[in-house]
Formats: sequence, structure tokens, C-alpha cells
Amino acid sequence: MKNPFRADMEKSSSERITSALFVVIVSLFFLLPIAWLFLAPFDGQPTYRLKLSDPSFNNFREMSQNPYAYRSLLNSAIFSAGTGLVIILIGAPAAYVLSRVKFKGRDVFLYFLLLFSSVVSGSAAMVPLFLLALRFNILDTYHGVIFILAGGLLPAAIFILKDFTDSLPRSYEESAKIFGASSYRILKDIVAPVIRPGLAVIFVWAFVQSWGNFLIPFIIIRDINKQPAAVMMYSFYTEAGDAVIRTVAAFGFLYTIPVLLMYFYVNRKYGFRFYGGIKG
Amino acid sequence: MVTEIKAGSRTDKSGNSVLRGGAASFFLSPATIIIIIFLVIPAFWTIYLGITNYRLTGFSAVDPEIIGLENFKRALSDPAFFNSLKVTFIFTIGSAILGQAVLGFFLAWILFGLSKRIRSTVEIIVIAAWMVPSSVVSFLWIAFLNGDVGTLNAILGSQTRWLIEYPLESIIVFNIWRGTAFSMLLFAAAVASIPKSHLEVARVAGASRGQQLRTIVLPAIRPYILTDILLITLWTFNDFGPYLITSGGPGQETELLAIFVYNNALRFLDFGYASSIAAIMLLINLILSLIVITTGRKRSK
Amino acid sequence: MKSFTHSGAKGLIGKRELNRPDLPTFRKRVSMKQRTRSSVAIGLALALAIGVTSITPASANSVGAACAKADQKAKVGKVNVICKQAGSKLVWTDTRVRTVEIAANAIPGGKNSQTASWINNFVIPKFTLASAQKGQQVKVNFVPKGIDDNAFKTQLALDLSAKRGADIINLDGFWIAEFADANYIKPLETVLGKKTVNAWDGWSQMPKSIQGVMSYDGKLFGTPSGTDGRIIYYNKKLFADAGLPTDWQPKSWAEILTAAQTLKTKLPSDTVPFQLNAGAGMGEATAMQGFLNFIAGAGSLIYDTKSKKWQGNTKAVRDMLTFYNEVYNVKKVGNSEWQKLAGEAGRNASFEAFSKGKLAMMIEGDYMWRGVINPATGNYKMADRDTNVGFARIPSQTAGSGVGKQNFVSYSGGGGYVVNPNTANKATTWDLLKFMNSEEAILAFMSIGNSVRITQRADVNAVTLTSDPCLKFVFEKAIPVTFFRPPSADYNAVSTLLQKATAEIVQGSSVAQVAADYETALKALVGADKVTSN
Repeated sequence: MKNPFRADMEKSSSERITSALFVVIVSLFFLLPIAWLFLAPFDGQPTYRLKLSDPSFNNFREMSQNPYAYRSLLNSAIFSAGTGLVIILIGAPAAYVLSRVKFKGRDVFLYFLLLFSSVVSGSAAMVPLFLLALRFNILDTYHGVIFILAGGLLPAAIFILKDFTDSLPRSYEESAKIFGASSYRILKDIVAPVIRPGLAVIFVWAFVQSWGNFLIPFIIIRDINKQPAAVMMYSFYTEAGDAVIRTVAAFGFLYTIPVLLMYFYVNRKYGFRFYGGIKG
Repeated sequence: MVTEIKAGSRTDKSGNSVLRGGAASFFLSPATIIIIIFLVIPAFWTIYLGITNYRLTGFSAVDPEIIGLENFKRALSDPAFFNSLKVTFIFTIGSAILGQAVLGFFLAWILFGLSKRIRSTVEIIVIAAWMVPSSVVSFLWIAFLNGDVGTLNAILGSQTRWLIEYPLESIIVFNIWRGTAFSMLLFAAAVASIPKSHLEVARVAGASRGQQLRTIVLPAIRPYILTDILLITLWTFNDFGPYLITSGGPGQETELLAIFVYNNALRFLDFGYASSIAAIMLLINLILSLIVITTGRKRSK
Repeated sequence: MKSFTHSGAKGLIGKRELNRPDLPTFRKRVSMKQRTRSSVAIGLALALAIGVTSITPASANSVGAACAKADQKAKVGKVNVICKQAGSKLVWTDTRVRTVEIAANAIPGGKNSQTASWINNFVIPKFTLASAQKGQQVKVNFVPKGIDDNAFKTQLALDLSAKRGADIINLDGFWIAEFADANYIKPLETVLGKKTVNAWDGWSQMPKSIQGVMSYDGKLFGTPSGTDGRIIYYNKKLFADAGLPTDWQPKSWAEILTAAQTLKTKLPSDTVPFQLNAGAGMGEATAMQGFLNFIAGAGSLIYDTKSKKWQGNTKAVRDMLTFYNEVYNVKKVGNSEWQKLAGEAGRNASFEAFSKGKLAMMIEGDYMWRGVINPATGNYKMADRDTNVGFARIPSQTAGSGVGKQNFVSYSGGGGYVVNPNTANKATTWDLLKFMNSEEAILAFMSIGNSVRITQRADVNAVTLTSDPCLKFVFEKAIPVTFFRPPSADYNAVSTLLQKATAEIVQGSSVAQVAADYETALKALVGADKVTSN
């Protein structure tokens, strides 16, 4: 879809220059800190300096000596994908309902849930979450972590997904209804395909939030074989609390790449946008 | 493309146009269950802990007592709490409202007028900053701001120990870097939704880009601005990320409220006090949201 | 027959098989004659077997009898026991598998790697083997972890509060008080029984002072894993360059300051005379290597266990703060920058400087000698450690001014292992704990790390410490005058207040102001009735 502005606008050269300058400076600003992540892991003697003086894969080799390193990445993937799936499978229908059904205090209700989610993702909720998991017998389980993570992310996910469904014209659903389609079919065949980009974005968002989450796995998981990368990262620190730059850099690289790849994929397939109420 | 909701669409008794009650509850129930069990109950439980003297170890672990508003009184006379409050407000206003929202908007606005390739490239870079996991990102910034060999100092030719001399500024910049992607994406959708004709008219009438911005664009994307400010203010106010870079220090110069809660919870195992602070944060979040929402409503009149 | 095998597996699976005529035919073909023959053969074989077994040596027969007899005698639970012959002895093997779990904040290749390796490579295999030889099958699990100490403590507290967790738990000594107050752990005698505990002969090898690491309120909660002590390390060459004696032992705070000043004058400006841990970045290292020693040296303990009161704005606290002030502001013999860094950065900077001969004296634990400047395995290897590093005790403010009229002070930490009161398997858990504290096990631990440390057994110490001058010095000179951190759940928070106070001194605030502010905060924390002022 061609940018409707480009053809029309005439930019003055000063505008062009400022735009260009802006873009370059901002890009550098965002790029420079990340650059280290792509150099240091491959440097045989990494320091905090941005350099690649001694290219080698030694850091990765050293990191692999930790028998749980790769396993933890797999665990992160399980937690994150699980949470993402739960969010879209449960959040999308809920968002759809909240979008279509107007009840008094609906918006207020949603805002309150949003506020509560910030309490629950803080350290103070640690003990209640632990005791709750104990009571429901989901301590040290994959699904325990997934449900708790999902609980914390659902309000925001529903909030954003509701925006997507708000922008969907009801005419299609109403026609389908006339033809006797059940609500479930309407959701599955009419609504979902249209908001698929939104679902993909929310999945990635939930995935990324879970991927980096330390607190919940820390509270719930004890078995080292279920430990995610977020927690495992700290085992590459020495006794003194010093980070061993070599292994931390290597592990950090492997820990980051999956989410970046996921973003690229979703961006290419659907475009990565938080479409919000395209209002009439 | 303007869509309109058909007037006079068929509705059932409760006024819902498409969904029947049964389906609605079916769609809502899984979310409701999870939200009640893993969100509402722990949230209320945490707030409840705030009125007790519960600790995770010590006598108060077996024998916690309800002490009413004692924790809150303690907070109000705790200089560390006020310091934390101040730091968090500065952090939120600086990095979210003045930083992410503004930068995100300008990025969206300017990129919108550029070629698709440039736009994609820049967006990828900005979003990458958002996607990198927290523990890695903090490492990247510790390296970037390192006093001896950090990249920033290498560029500026200085030896400033940023995290010691300008800790709060450092984490504000860090948070802008970290979070702008969300605002950028949101405003990109916003800008895309502006009817092309409006801007066309303004341009033909001779308005400069700045004037177009002020008179057409900003009013049109008003609801987006509000949503954005609301979400990022809440997220930033409760943000814990900078802990991994500064540990709340030096001293307590960057002890955000979330870090203050963390210290009381994990280091002192004083969960009663920590929970009361969390409850206060909730209250402040509430007030902030109300401010943002009512500001929104007022202006539109 | 041929066609039967020819079809092979494939034929057996198909529907055709049901209609195969071969099988029924095969059966039919066996005649009465053949049947009789096979029965006779089987009968003969049986007879032969019985005959053979009855002719075999008497011992084989008597195994069964001996087992039965001994079983009755020992009253062993018959359900799960198998009696076997092992060589010339009878061994009862309990077929139940007893599982014991160890929890420690250690992970191979990372945090506390030595402990993790020791558990994985020595304790578990050896103990499993020893148990098997005794006729017991055990399975020992170790859950490795590499997280922040406070985070580990939180996990333990959560688990114990829910009556879960590993059977043997590694606890830092000064967590004992708060875990005990919360009823998460109980004295060893309570959990295992007084007789059982006292029956172990290892206690005679464990000095009472070291047992103090794991004690609270007069009761022992677990077995300590050695301890450590704090001393002053100094660089002999730098001292010589500045004209100071290389066998230096200060007898007062003033003597430390004088030496530091001399160093400052005589040595190049990039050499720091003295490192005195300050600030919140270094956390407990500021307490243990810093202010605790100076409060004790001024005559008071930070917490009085009898009156249950903390030192507020008292003379001892002010004197301590004054010393910090002298070091950082008046005589300027320290590096203020290091004290302001976050996390471990400041401490590591001081380690690095000392290892490179750019820092003349510092107060540190023996960990520094063993693990930091160790020329072979240290994080900041110091090649001339053994020839060039001197040690001195930390003096009291003046002779006899220390707590208990001591001339010198030190502080000790350390942790150990406790038994989870909720353990399902008391006997095996205690066996494992005793094994982990055996002479053999402790020697193995040290050989893994290839370095010597002060262990909990005197017999081991007597052998190993003679070869290491520093540890010998600590064990003989510092441990006898040492103190432990207060057994109070509030200690952590109070320590943080004092860390903050030292940070403020480094920033330049006045002693009077800082002491007053500290007391205000302390009162808000523990209640005004638990604070002493003078």
C-alpha cells in the first residue's frame, strides 16, 4: 500500500535534511548499545569495550559446559510460547465479548484489572503467588508458571485486543448471524482471520514479556531442569558476584536471538502493528 | 476507508447486537477464571498483607498480626520512601511522558513520510531495543556506559562514570531507549488512520508541516495519545528494569518504587511493609490513570 | 514348517494368520509318544537340579538358614529386605530406595563451584556406595543453583514455610536466627533426637567457637562448614618503600592512620594507602570487613543479646564513623570512588588494585587470600602473594578498648547445613550429614578447590593449615578474638542503615549529623525502645 503522503507532499530541502538527520541520530542511538551483543560473544577476550579483537567461538564452547544452558533456553521457549498461546486463545474471545457487549462499568472494570496486574507483577506478590501455587498444587510445574504469567498479562492483552475488535465492522458478524452461524463460528471464521495480525502481535508481546521474566519462575520452579534462561543467566556469575563476561555474553546472545527472529517472522508475515481503533 | 456501524442493526433484549448470553459467558469464562485465581486473589491478598506485619522469616512469619495502617504511617515517615517516590516520578515523567511518547510520536510521524525500506530498517532497530531480554539489556548498558571503555565514552572522548555521576539521567535515557518502540508503533497506527484528505486540504491551503501537525494531526490522534500515555505511564511507574543496571544506587539515587519494594521484600523479607508500598503504588496508579482519563475527556469538550 | 517361518513376522500380523492351517496341524502332529518323552525329560531335569543343590557345599544350604535365623534375631523388617551372600558374609539389602535431597546455592562452573563439584563428584557417589555396602539403597539429589544469596534465602524461606524443601539445606550462619524464630528450622537435637545427635564422634573434633556459627539461643541448629576471619592485609614491598616495618602489627586505630599517612606521602599518587569498605554497594562486606570491627573495637557490640537493644547514636558508633571520616575526608588515605560503585564493582576494583600492588593495605576476610589473590586460581591473581603479603590483626581503638577488653577484634561468618524438620527420612539424612562432615569428606572438598581453608574439624585443620601461613594466622590469631553477627531477623536492615551511614561519611557529611540520622532511621525500623544511645 503506497504511502499516500509521499506523492503529495513536497518537502523542502530543509525538511528533508532535518528528517534525515533525525533518523540517522535516532538510529545510532538505538543501535550502539546493541552492537556489543553482536561483537563481544564472538570475541575471545571480551571486555565492556566494543571490539572484536580475537574472533572465536570459545565463549560458546565455555558456556556449553554448563549442562543446563541449552535446556534453559528450551524451557524459556516452553514458558513463553505457552503463555502466548494461552493469552490469545483465552484473551481473544474475552476481548471480543468485551468489545461487543456493553455493560455498565465495563471500561472501569478493565482499568482496574490493568491496575491489579501491576501489583501482581511486583515482588510484594511473591508470597501470595507462592502459596496460591502451593494450594493448587502447581508448584514446580510448567503450567503453573504459564498460568501465573498469563494472569498478569491478560488485562493488557485484552485491552489491546479489544481495540482491534472494536475497529471491526459488525456488519459481517450480523450477516453471519442472520444466516444462523453460532457465536463460536463467527469468532473463528470471521473475526479471528481479520484480527490475525493483532493476535500475532499480542502473541509476540506476551512471548517477549514471558521470555524475560525472572520473578515468577524464580518463585515457582525448583527443579533445575525446568529453569528458564532468565534465571540461568545468573549462574554464569562467579562466586564474587562478578559476571563472567565470556559466558554471559555468549549466553546473552543465544538468549536474545530467538525473540528477534520471532519478531522478524511476524513482521514479515503480518506487519508488526498495534492497530488500535480505526474509528470512523 | 471509513467504516460505519449500521444504524438500526438487530439487537436482542439486552442490547447486544451479535452475541447471545450463553456464548458470551463461554468466551469469557476461561479468562475470568484465570484472572480471578491468578490476578484478583493475589492482588487482594497482597494488599491484605499490607495491613499486617508479616515477614517471611522471624517471629512475624508464624505469628503475623493485623496492624492496620501502621505500615502506611511508617511509609509516610520513611525518608527512603519519599526518596523513592521522588525518583520514580522524575523517572516516569522524564522517560515516559517526555521521552518515549514524544520520541515515539516523532519517529512515527517522520518515518511515515519516508520510504518503506528506511522505515522498516529503523523500526527494526527500535523494536530490537524493546525485545532484548532485561538481563541482557542491562548488561549491554553497563558496557555502553562503562567509565573506562564504554562505547559512549569512546565516542565522546570522555571518562565519565555515567552510572555513578549521572545515575538517574542514565536510567531515564535507558528507559527511553528501551520503551520507545511501543509508542512508535502505536502512533504509527494512529498516523496511518488519519484521513488523507484532511492533510491534503491543509497542505493545499498552505499550512506548514508544523501547522498541519498542530491543527490536524494531534487532534485527530487524541485517543491514541491518551491510550499511549496511560499505558506507558503505568508501565514506567511500576518498572523494575533499572535495578539490573544500578541496583537502585549509588546509595539510593535510583531506587525506584518497584526496587524499593523489591529490597524490602527480598533483602529484608519484610513483606508486610513491601505490600503496603505496593498498595500505595496501586493508589498512585489509580490517581494517575484518573488524571489522564479526565484530562482526555475535558479537552474534547 | 518352512512356510511358517517363511512368512515371518509379516504373515503373523495379517488377517490371513487366523486362517492358517499350520498351527493347528502342528499341534495335531505331536503324538502321545512325544509328550511322554518331554515329561520324562523335564522330570529328570528337576530331579537332577534338586540332587545337585543338595549335594553342594553346606554353606549354600546354610545361607538360607542363616538368613532366616539372623532375620529373626535382628528383627529386621521382613517386607523390604533381601538377604544375600556377599563373600563370606550375609548382607541384608533393603530394597527400598531412600531419597535425600541437598539444597545449596552452588552450581558447577559458576557460583560456589567448589561446593557443587564436591557434592556431585565426591559426596553423592561415595555416600551411595557406602550405603550400598551397608545394605541400603540411597539416592541423593542435588539441585544446583546459581542465584543471588538473598534470592536463595527467599526461596528457602518460601519452601520451608510450606513445609517443603530439601532434606539437607545449606544456610548462612546468620540466617539461623530468623529461620528459627519463624519455626522453619529446629535445633538438631529436636529434629533427630538428643541421643542420635550426641552419638556422633565428630563433635569432639569441632571446636565450640566454630560451632557458634550455626548456633542460636544456646542451641545448635546444624553442622558448620568451617568459618573465616578478618585481618589486615598489607603489601610488604610498598611498606618497605615507605620506610614502614614489614612485620607490622598496629595496636590502635591511630597507628593504622599514621601508617596510611606515611604511605600516602612516600608512595606514588596512584597508589591507594588504605581500603576500608564503605557504602551500600559492597553490602555485607562493608559490615564484616568494615564497621562491625570498629564498633566492637570501640567497646560495644552492635546488638546486645541480653537487653535486645541495638546501638543507636552511641559513642562506639560515633567513634567508628569518626574513623571512617579520618580515612576518607580528613587524611584522605582511601579511594572514595570505589565505595560509591554499585554491586561488586567497588570491591573488585580494590581487589584488582591490591593484586597489582596499587593498594597498600586492606581489611578483608581470608577469602581474599584463598580465592581472590590466589596466584593459581584467583580472580585477581597476585604472583608475589606468598612472599609479599603480610597480615596483621585488626586492633581495637586502643589497647583493651575492645569488647571483652580485647586488644584485637575480628568478625567471622560462615554457614553450614541444617536438617529440614519436615524431612521424610531422618536416619539417612543424618547419615549423609555425618558423612559430609567426616574427615575424608572435608579433605576431599579442599582437594577439589586446590586451596586450604579453615574447616570445622580440628584434625583436618591441624594437618592442612600448617602449610598456609595466612590461614594458620587467621585460625590461631583471629578466630580466638572473633565475633559473630547478631542473631536477629532485623540485622539485615540495620546493617543496611549503617552501610548507608558510612556512605554518607564518604560523601562528606558530618559525623554528628550522620549518627543522628542513623539513629532516627533505626528507631523507625526497630522501635525506639530497642535502641541505645549515649
